[in-house]
Amino acid sequence: MMDSLSIAWKYISYYKARTATLIACVTLIAVLPLALEVLLDESEQQLLSRADSTPLLLGARGSALDLAMNSLYFDDEVPELISMSAADEIEVSGLATPVPLYGRFQARGFPIVGTTLDYFDFRGLRIAQGRQLALLGECVIGAEVAERLGLAPGDNLLSSPETLFDLAGIYPLNMKVTGVLARSYTPDDLAVLVDLKTAWVVQGLVHGHEDVTRTKDDSVIMKRSGSNVVANAKLVEYTEITPGNIDSFHFHGTSADYPLTAVLVLPHDERSGTILRGRYLDAATPYQLTVPGDVIDGLLANIFRIKNVLDAVILLVGIATALALILVFALSLRLRQREICTVFRIGGSRLTIARLLAAEIAIILLVSGLLCAMAMAVVNHYSNGLVRSLFIG
Amino acid sequence: MIEIRALKFGYPDTDFSLRIPDFHVGAQEKVAVIGPSGSGKTTLLNLVAGILVPEQGAVRCGGSEVSALGDAARRDFRITRIGFVFQDFELLDYLNVLDNVLHPYRITKALKLTKEVRDRAGDLLQQMGLGDKLTRGVERLSQGEKQRVAICRALLPSPQLVLADEATGNLDPRNKGHILDLLFDVVQAHESTLLAVTHDHELLPRFDRTVDFNDFLDVDPA
Repeated sequence: MMDSLSIAWKYISYYKARTATLIACVTLIAVLPLALEVLLDESEQQLLSRADSTPLLLGARGSALDLAMNSLYFDDEVPELISMSAADEIEVSGLATPVPLYGRFQARGFPIVGTTLDYFDFRGLRIAQGRQLALLGECVIGAEVAERLGLAPGDNLLSSPETLFDLAGIYPLNMKVTGVLARSYTPDDLAVLVDLKTAWVVQGLVHGHEDVTRTKDDSVIMKRSGSNVVANAKLVEYTEITPGNIDSFHFHGTSADYPLTAVLVLPHDERSGTILRGRYLDAATPYQLTVPGDVIDGLLANIFRIKNVLDAVILLVGIATALALILVFALSLRLRQREICTVFRIGGSRLTIARLLAAEIAIILLVSGLLCAMAMAVVNHYSNGLVRSLFIG
Repeated sequence: MIEIRALKFGYPDTDFSLRIPDFHVGAQEKVAVIGPSGSGKTTLLNLVAGILVPEQGAVRCGGSEVSALGDAARRDFRITRIGFVFQDFELLDYLNVLDNVLHPYRITKALKLTKEVRDRAGDLLQQMGLGDKLTRGVERLSQGEKQRVAICRALLPSPQLVLADEATGNLDPRNKGHILDLLFDVVQAHESTLLAVTHDHELLPRFDRTVDFNDFLDVDPA
């Protein structure tokens, strides 16, 4: 048998291109359905576990899927905004704890999620390095963000402008990284978590600048009218919050009107949850209170409908490829008739020839199997990220 | 060494029919077989080697009645007792020179591949002027070199009988004489019998005897 394998190995390594093509065909046809299965399992697991652990989600009326995807998985698609008063209403109801979320901005490609410290408790997030958020302008980053950007507590992270072409847009905020989260294998690994007010600073709703009543640079002042001073665009706005300028940061308007993308609603008990859901059933209310698990179930039902189609396509392609491979082997036998005849004439029996061919097929299948296993190991290793980029966005 | 009596053979679905009433080759004799194409010279070699089986009559070789043996026994007989040199060499491109020579030992249990066999293969190739090309791919050899490899493969098991089917047919005149010299030398050294089919009448004087298929055998060409 070893001689058969050795001879078969010499044959397939001599005809490299032919062998590589066969191996590629077999490997691809095996990897495609397996990888799809792994990715779908991973996506199902990621989507469902996150959704199932989130009891209720409050957001603007519109796409419940966009709302869930942005609030749970920090998807780029920002839902219609609601105001902070929506969270206040939940708080006042005494039926649940609201955890406001503002997930609209990004920092170097990672979502900035403005929230409260309740979010960390709710998601069970643990600080692995550094400390928790304490001051305006600080951020805690997910393990994956820290790894990919090479950041650690004490480093700075600049928020990204929403659009490069908005000349009137606000300046990016240079945030201080105070902590890195322990890896949770959830979208939080890929998030930059900040206090809600810091998120509003990123938007420019809360801002800090030099005190116009004390400035000695008259070119900054457009008009003085008693205690009211109007400054022009020359006024320096701070792009970083430091102990020296933190006191100059202030709100304009009422914080209840400040925007949120969603509110995680954590009912105190099942009854409270039911009552709350009843309150938001009225079509006249501008909000929707969704059960994320139901929303994601609907999404998965669609994904798996598509998967069934894909499975059927892959099965057909697999059958076609298998037939093509049989044809290739059959044609190869015809092409090798002379060589087979030689082996027979110098003493090989039909069994020997069959054994040599079987050894060749075995090696091709073995190499394909190894490549398939390696590919699957890669898919498994990156499935978390792949699922996020392919299915979650 | 070879004894054929009342032999009749035909290929299925053809009109070809070969009849050999009586044919003998003595031990260590070097016999040339000539005749027109399609007269059955190669068929004769295949019958002697046990690759083909006659419809009637008997083929005896080295004391064994080859035509009466079963498939496996005929194959073992051919592998161990007969060396076959083909016109188009019948080498395997994916094996190097040494592997081609040792190939029969790797595909059959009738021959045992030992260190002694490997050494002998090396010596034989050295003797054939291929000592420095043992690991070279056969596709990179000249025609003459390829035929020398094929002769080494045929002679490595020290066969009692060497069958050569137009062994020099694909070679240029200079190589032709050289290869035949080598073949005769090795056959002589191994004290083997040589039955060679050839179209080249210039080579006939080098053989002990020539058998003309036209005169000697009862052949019905298709």
